[in-house]
Amino acid sequence: MLRILHQIFRTGIVTEPLPSAIEAEIEEVGARLEEAIKRRFRRSLTIRQVDAGSCNACELEIHAINNPVYNSERFGIHFTASPRFADMLLVTGPVSRNMEIALCRTYNATPCPKLVVAVGDCGCSGGIFGESYASLGGVDKVIPVDVYIKGCPPTPVVMLQGILKAVGK
Amino acid sequence: MTILQNIVISILEEVAIQDANQYPANVPTYQIPRERFAEIAKVMKTAGARLVAEWATDETLHPHHPLPHQGGGGRGMGFGIYACYAKDSEYLIIKTYTPLEDPTFPSLVKKFVPAYRFERQMKSLMGVVPVGHPDPRPWIKHEDWPEDAYPLRKSFDASKPIPRVAGEYRFIKAEGEGVYEIPVGPVHAGIIEPGHFRFQAVGEDIINLEEKLGYVHKGIEKRFETLSWEDGAKLAGRVSGDTTVAHALAYCRAVETMTECTPPERALWLRALMLERERIANHLGDIGAICNDVAFAFLLYQFSILKEKLLRTNLKLFAHRLMMDKIILGGVAVDISPDAKNGILTEMDWLVNEFERLVIIYDENPSLEDRVRDAGILSPDTAKGLCVVGFVARASWQPIDCRLQNPFPPYDIIVPRVAVLKSGDVHARVWVRIEEIRESIRIIREILNSLPEGEIACKFILPSPDIAGFAVVEGWRGEVVYWLQSGPRGEINRCMIRDPSSVNWIALEQAIHGNIVPDFPLCNKSFNQSYSGNDL
Repeated sequence: MLRILHQIFRTGIVTEPLPSAIEAEIEEVGARLEEAIKRRFRRSLTIRQVDAGSCNACELEIHAINNPVYNSERFGIHFTASPRFADMLLVTGPVSRNMEIALCRTYNATPCPKLVVAVGDCGCSGGIFGESYASLGGVDKVIPVDVYIKGCPPTPVVMLQGILKAVGK
Repeated sequence: MTILQNIVISILEEVAIQDANQYPANVPTYQIPRERFAEIAKVMKTAGARLVAEWATDETLHPHHPLPHQGGGGRGMGFGIYACYAKDSEYLIIKTYTPLEDPTFPSLVKKFVPAYRFERQMKSLMGVVPVGHPDPRPWIKHEDWPEDAYPLRKSFDASKPIPRVAGEYRFIKAEGEGVYEIPVGPVHAGIIEPGHFRFQAVGEDIINLEEKLGYVHKGIEKRFETLSWEDGAKLAGRVSGDTTVAHALAYCRAVETMTECTPPERALWLRALMLERERIANHLGDIGAICNDVAFAFLLYQFSILKEKLLRTNLKLFAHRLMMDKIILGGVAVDISPDAKNGILTEMDWLVNEFERLVIIYDENPSLEDRVRDAGILSPDTAKGLCVVGFVARASWQPIDCRLQNPFPPYDIIVPRVAVLKSGDVHARVWVRIEEIRESIRIIREILNSLPEGEIACKFILPSPDIAGFAVVEGWRGEVVYWLQSGPRGEINRCMIRDPSSVNWIALEQAIHGNIVPDFPLCNKSFNQSYSGNDL
């Protein structure tokens, strides 16, 4: 136990402020957002992540925004196990044929108002997998998308930026 | 002449013909008559070999090259059926042909368990029928696909969507008083990939687990056939994003064997540097996540800080956090400066110090130990029977590591010490990975201390038509296998990918027996197999 406490004090708080350009952007949307978040989301944003066919690199970076360095919880962002509690679907792609039905069901199970964010080059447009018998392409081929986060995979900072942008919509 | 080669020749004599168009030379390919396909599996089993992969090719459009002793066989006679076996450091490929009018072949499933899914997949995607296979259900292909949609066939138009048809997938059902069923997925509770698990349980005890995968099937193998050789490396890097380095490397090595291209020494060493960094980063993340699954979030956060620092160094050195697209045909895309070299060495000193502190905490925590010991046991016998690979195999007493058994520079000079444990439980899988992090740190230090000078890439020559290449690379999950074949015009005719997950997933079904439902996430995480790498 002492060792654990010692390690906690040694580590301290590692959470970093976001890069200044993004901080500024957050400041800017922040004022507009505050009211909206308070009203619409009760000061917190609950996300259901759906992998609709990704190669799992995007999942790694979504995990990373939860690590102590990016600490997405500080913005009131948390991930939920059920779409029924979610305000936002964070969808990675491309949407595979075999995930199309599951993605639609998840979308329908999410209460309105809901936001959909397509993550990664594949989620945005199908990426290197394109459209084929097995891949339907970008997320917007199947469900309506509010915000696109590009990158292969997007870095955690870009990911957070995109999520905050979606809330501002 | 190797042991496996000798066995084939002593049994089949002159009807086994070595294919001269298959590379590299130390992985011989023998063409044999179709009716003797299962017989060879039997002798391979007796010899102690394991089944590495089994796959099919569509060679119906290839020009006809009659071979002697085969009744005028050779290319252009239909579908190629391939099985790859390995024993210690030897790999051997057996191939046979099956005609378009009667696309059947003898099933190997009675000799080798992994053939169970390989052959269902071959039947589903290529339409070649394993005779004697006990399970007629499709694999990867779902029940709502048209029966006759065989995407890997050349006659299939892959650019168009295929219609949905009515169909049913029958899971194995347990019956009796108090037996109930739990369906899980494809959309899971966490930030993970999709798949379906069907549990049969009584109270908390799991009687049976059946996996249904294929949800992230993106048609990768078919996609390769439309790409240039250079773009193939990019797609290989996205077969399973967490293993981007190992996949791209295995692809490039397979193609390089076909052109007998040897990248410069420095490139080979930098590739190994990336491979070991990928191994450490994934191991760190997973050990933390396993601790989190037994509610010890402290270590998840601590390990994820270490992982994050490594990824940031990757971004600085290789311009990508996961090192995607940095391995290219003929070498690597990015060099490191002498400063960067010292930076990594300092980083490794820091990592050793921080990592060892956390290992002590893991090791000294009885409540953690109580959960990870004796959970999800994969016995050595079962592991051998299932032909598992990677850390899953090594935690169950199978000393398989292709950095040792099929070494390429610098692993011929810097020889990894392989950690093998016998208990096969969650703890063993964690501990093997702890040892591997230590070993990878040592390898990285040695690579940097004697990194050769020179070019980082050589000019890449396109493979000639109608040849094949094979390569294995030990990724962090285990042995990644690529087999590539060029077509009549020198294009990619077939790219066979075998991620470690394709053989290891089935081991989870076995390891979960006798465990309780709430321990499933823990056991699953301790395997952490790739859905994308399996579904392709």
